[in-house]
Amino acid sequence: MNYNWNWGILLQPEPGGTGSYLQYLLVGLGWTLATALAAWVIALAIGLVVGTLRTTPLKWIVRLGNAYVEVFRNVPLIVQMFLWFFVAPELLPTGLGDWIKQMPPPWGSYVPAVLCLGIYTSVRVAEQVRAGIQSLPRGQGMAGTALGLRLPQTYRYVILPMVMRIMLPPLTSEFMNIIKNSSVALTIGLLELTGRARAMQEFSFQVFEAFAAATVIYLLTNLAVVLGMRALERRIRVPGLISAQGAGSH
Amino acid sequence: MSGFDFDVIQRSVWYLFRDGMTFTVTLTLMAMAGGIVFGTLLAMMRLSSFAPLAWVAGAYVNLMRSVPLVLVIFWFFFLVPYIGAWIIGEKTPIKVGAFWSAVITFTMFEAAYYCEIMRAGIQSIARGQVAASLALGLDYWQTMGHIVLPQAFRNMVPVLLTQTIILFQDTSLVYVISATDFLGAAAKVANRDYRLVEMYSFVALVYFVISFAASYYVRSLQGRIAVIR
Repeated sequence: MNYNWNWGILLQPEPGGTGSYLQYLLVGLGWTLATALAAWVIALAIGLVVGTLRTTPLKWIVRLGNAYVEVFRNVPLIVQMFLWFFVAPELLPTGLGDWIKQMPPPWGSYVPAVLCLGIYTSVRVAEQVRAGIQSLPRGQGMAGTALGLRLPQTYRYVILPMVMRIMLPPLTSEFMNIIKNSSVALTIGLLELTGRARAMQEFSFQVFEAFAAATVIYLLTNLAVVLGMRALERRIRVPGLISAQGAGSH
Repeated sequence: MSGFDFDVIQRSVWYLFRDGMTFTVTLTLMAMAGGIVFGTLLAMMRLSSFAPLAWVAGAYVNLMRSVPLVLVIFWFFFLVPYIGAWIIGEKTPIKVGAFWSAVITFTMFEAAYYCEIMRAGIQSIARGQVAASLALGLDYWQTMGHIVLPQAFRNMVPVLLTQTIILFQDTSLVYVISATDFLGAAAKVANRDYRLVEMYSFVALVYFVISFAASYYVRSLQGRIAVIR
């Protein structure tokens, strides 16, 4: 292959004058994480509510929840990005829409990206919550009712505390997805890690060094998430359940 | 909302479907076929008792699943011309259009996901069947080809199709290499006529209708083809 490798490029200054290319990429990682974490808060909040409501005996609320899930699951993420970025400000009242459009960069892309990713992921979280609740023995809810708890109390004190702990492994993989999916925000101009790797390639013409560096940073980030979540899982494991990490050893 | 221009959709709808949707559907079908074949091979490697083979396949799958698809699209977009040149012995990178670059990317990327599905499918087959087949004198490839894979495949058809619906939606990311898929075609019209609201709403609606109908079909299929045990 006729390609001039130059790994030293990572330590050379980037044209924007903010430091080396490596620092430039790491700031990108910062934006990736800032986007993913903010969106994760939204995703968890909405996902928990929608997922829980979909298991209640209230028919029309279940239907509403189903509709919400179907809409945001069946439109590609990049199209949803464009809807939040290009379309939503136009549909709002003119004053508010203009204010959003005039937000200084990077906030003008950051806010729509967070909203989009948050809601996109909330649907997946809602599915996990619903599956988690339905995996519980029915007797637990019934026992709650037999003890005189109302439906909201049964959810609050019996079902959800169990589900939150059972759900952690699937939520870990959703969290890793949200980190990966935040790269789609580069299409609306957010310079997160992948966006910066592309920019670095355009400035320096060192295509493969830029993408290799970004790939390694993503792999290390994933590793950190996996290790962190594994520690958390061990701490909050429900005693007596079979879990992937060889429960019962304690 | 008052100025919603339906006319721009009507004017471009033929172009959107003839150029854009054809690209999207062809890419989806080719990547699905390639991805399932390559994914099944990867799954067989992952389950191999020969450790290095299992390790290589596992590393490949985990690598693909750990990086964003957008980054993988960039990687292959720049890498494929070099690999192509290396294969045919050229000195300079060969020219590969956005379409073939996308086909290769999505085949390689989705194979990692199809692999995990097929692995679960293969593992769902009772061990006794393999033992019986080997006892009858069939070799590894005959056992796989005639006994294990047909059943694994059948068990996994709904999951494979669901993954294909995800693939169909993911192909819209070829936007980042300026390919003219359904979204890319709509984006071109949107920017030319400055009709972003209309075009992107229409794109979202079309994707929704197709994906919703397809997932509805998969759900009904799931009930019909389930093997009763």
